[in-house]
Amino acid sequence: MNFDELFGHLGQHTVDGLAKGAIYALVALGYTLVYGVLKLINFAHSEVFMVGTFAVMGTWALLGATDGPSFGMVVLLVVAGLAAGALASGATAVAVERIAYRRLRRMNAPPLIFLITAIGLSLVLAEAFGLWQGRIVKGMPDVVRHDIWLTIGNTEISNRQIITVVAALGMMFALDRFINGTRYGRGVRAVAQNPDTAALMGVNQDRVIMLIFLLGGLLAGAAALLWSIRYGITKFDIGFLVGLKAFTAAVLGGIGNLRGALVGGLLLGVVEVYSATLTSSSWEDVAAFVVLVVVLLFRPTGLLGESLGRARA
Amino acid sequence: MRRNYVRAVGTAALAALAMVAAAGCQDAGSGTAGGGDKCGGKIAIFGAFTGANSGLVLPSLNGAKLAVKQHNEKNPDCQVKLEEFDTTGDPAQATPVANRVAQDQSFLAVIGGHFSGETKATMQTYEAAGMVMVSPSATAPELTQQDNKAFHRVVGNDLTQGAAAATYIKNTLKGQKVFVIDDATTYGQGIAGETKKGLGPLVAASDKVQTGQSNFDATISKIKSAQADTVVYAGYTNEAAPLLKQLRAAGVQAKFLGFDGIYSPEFASGAGAAAEGAIITCPCLPASEAGGTFSADYEKEFGEAPGSYGAEGYDGAVVLLEGIKAGKNTRQGLLEWVDSYDKQGVSKYIKFDETGDVDKSKVVIWAYEVKGGQITAQQEIKLS
Repeated sequence: MNFDELFGHLGQHTVDGLAKGAIYALVALGYTLVYGVLKLINFAHSEVFMVGTFAVMGTWALLGATDGPSFGMVVLLVVAGLAAGALASGATAVAVERIAYRRLRRMNAPPLIFLITAIGLSLVLAEAFGLWQGRIVKGMPDVVRHDIWLTIGNTEISNRQIITVVAALGMMFALDRFINGTRYGRGVRAVAQNPDTAALMGVNQDRVIMLIFLLGGLLAGAAALLWSIRYGITKFDIGFLVGLKAFTAAVLGGIGNLRGALVGGLLLGVVEVYSATLTSSSWEDVAAFVVLVVVLLFRPTGLLGESLGRARA
Repeated sequence: MRRNYVRAVGTAALAALAMVAAAGCQDAGSGTAGGGDKCGGKIAIFGAFTGANSGLVLPSLNGAKLAVKQHNEKNPDCQVKLEEFDTTGDPAQATPVANRVAQDQSFLAVIGGHFSGETKATMQTYEAAGMVMVSPSATAPELTQQDNKAFHRVVGNDLTQGAAAATYIKNTLKGQKVFVIDDATTYGQGIAGETKKGLGPLVAASDKVQTGQSNFDATISKIKSAQADTVVYAGYTNEAAPLLKQLRAAGVQAKFLGFDGIYSPEFASGAGAAAEGAIITCPCLPASEAGGTFSADYEKEFGEAPGSYGAEGYDGAVVLLEGIKAGKNTRQGLLEWVDSYDKQGVSKYIKFDETGDVDKSKVVIWAYEVKGGQITAQQEIKLS
C-alpha cells in the first residue's frame, strides 16, 4: 500500500481520476436513459459507443487529419468528428431499438429475452467490426495537442482533461434541461412514470422510446469523439470494458437517474485511479466493484436513487 | 404460422448442408496417416495467427511454411504437411487444439507455442502424448524449468533478454529512474522481473496492467509522479500501443523500451508518431544478419522482409524436417532426434541442453528502434 504516493500527489491523482470518470459518465447516461423509461438494460449500448469511435476515426482519415494540425483544422476536425460520431452512434442506437427490441416489446416478451437479444446484438456488432476492421489496435492522429492549462501546486491539469470534464458536465445539464424542460422531455417522463396512462393521454410511446435511444446514441457519439481526442485509439472490442464500467457507474449513481450517472462515473474514475496508485493497475477493477457492492449494500438504489421523472415529476 | 415453419425448416436444412460441406473439406485435408515405413508425415503449428498480437507470430508461421515448401520441393518422395491451428495466443483456445493434435496419431511433432502462456497450458498434454514441441518464440524462463520432455525452443529465454535490456538501459539509454510495467501474463511478469533484477536500485516504481485494458490514466498518473526518465513495458502490442500513445499525449517524454512482445508492425502503426524512437529488444536476428539465402528466399516467397521470429520459425521447422528426412517417422524417434540435434541454423547455432533451451553462449539479443514508423535494427546487445 503506497500511501505516501497517493497523498503526496493527491491533487494530480484526483484530476486524472475525474477526467477518466467523465467518459464513463457520458456513456452511462445512455444506459440510464433507456433504463429509466423501459426498465431495460440496453447491453448493446457499448457497441453504439464503439461504432462512434470508428466513425470518428474514419472521418478524420477522410479529412486527412495529422498530428497537431492548425487551429482552423482542429475546429473542422472536432465539428466533423462530433457530427460523424453522433450520427453513426445515433443511427446504430435507433437501429438496435428497431431490430432487437421493438417487435419483442409489441409481443410483451419477458425482460430476460430483451437482455439476451441485446447481448447477442452486441456480439454481432463487435465481431462484425473485428472481421471488417481487423482485431488490432487502431491509432488515430493527435488532433488536440497536449497542453498544460492549469498548474495548482504540483497538480497539472491538461487541456484534454478540462475539455472532457467540461463537455461531460455540459452535456449532462443539457440533457437534464431537455428531459425536465421541454415538451418532448415531458413525454419521456410521462412514459417513464406510467406507459399505459401516457398512451391514453395521447403520448406516442414508440416515438418516445425511439427518442430516448436516439438521445443515448447521440451522447455515446459525443463520448466517442472525446475518447478519440483523449486516448486516440480504438479497436473492435473497445466498447466492452468501457460499457461495463459505464454500466457500473450508472448503477453506482442510481440507474435511471441522470445526475446519478454523472456522480457514479466521476466517483468510479477517482476510485480506480486511487486504488491503482495504492496497489497496481490490475487491482483497479477489484476496487471499483468492491465500492459498488458496498454502496449497494447500504443504498440498494444507488447513491442518488432511481428516478427519471418519478421524484421530480 | 405455416410460413414461419417453412422458413425454420429451410434454415435448418441450409445449416445442415453447410456443416456437411465443412466436414467434407476437413476430411479431404487429413487423408494421410502417420507411422509405417513411408517417409513423410504431418507437423502441427499453433499460435496467434489472427488477433491483436498476430503481427508478432505470422513471420514465424511464414518461416515454417517456407521451410516445409523447400523440403517438399527437394524431396518429392518425402512429403511433409504443415497444418495450422490458430489459438489467437489464448491458453484457453490452445488447450483444445493440443488435445486434438495429441490424439490424432498422424501428427508427428509440434511447432509452437508462440507465446509462453499457451505453451505453459499445453506442454503437459504434448509430453503425455510423447510429442516434441519446438517453439520459435516462447521465451518465459519457467517453461524450461519444469522438467518437461516435450518442450524445446530455438530462441533465448527472458532471463537473457531481461538482463540484456537492463544492460542496454544502463549503458545506452543512461536511465536513472526507470518505471517498469508488466501485463501480469506469464511472459510479461517473467521478463519484467528479470529486468528489475538487472536494474536494481534504478527502478523508481512499477505497475501492473491488465490485458484488454485500453485507457491507462492510472498508470500514467503514477509515471508522472515518479518522474521517471525511462519507461519499460513488458507485454504485447495490444496494450503497449495505446499505453505509449497516451503516455506521449499526457506530455511524458521519458524513453520507452519494450521487449519482443511488441516487435510487430502493428505496434508502430497503432502508436503512430508516439512510437518514434521507442526501443524494442528481441532475441531475434535482424533479417539482414540471418545466414544463407533465408532472407532472400523469404522475401521472394512472401513479398516482404522477414519480421520478428521469421528465422526462428524457419529453424524450428528445419530441425523437424531434417529428422523426418532421416527416417524418423514416429513421435518417439523425432523427439530423440531433436534432443540430439547439433547444427548451424539460420538464426543461430542450434543445440539443446537437457532442459530444452538452446546453448546460452549462442543466444543473440538485438535492440531495434522505431524510425519513421519502421522497426529498424539498431545494435546487438552484448552481455558484459
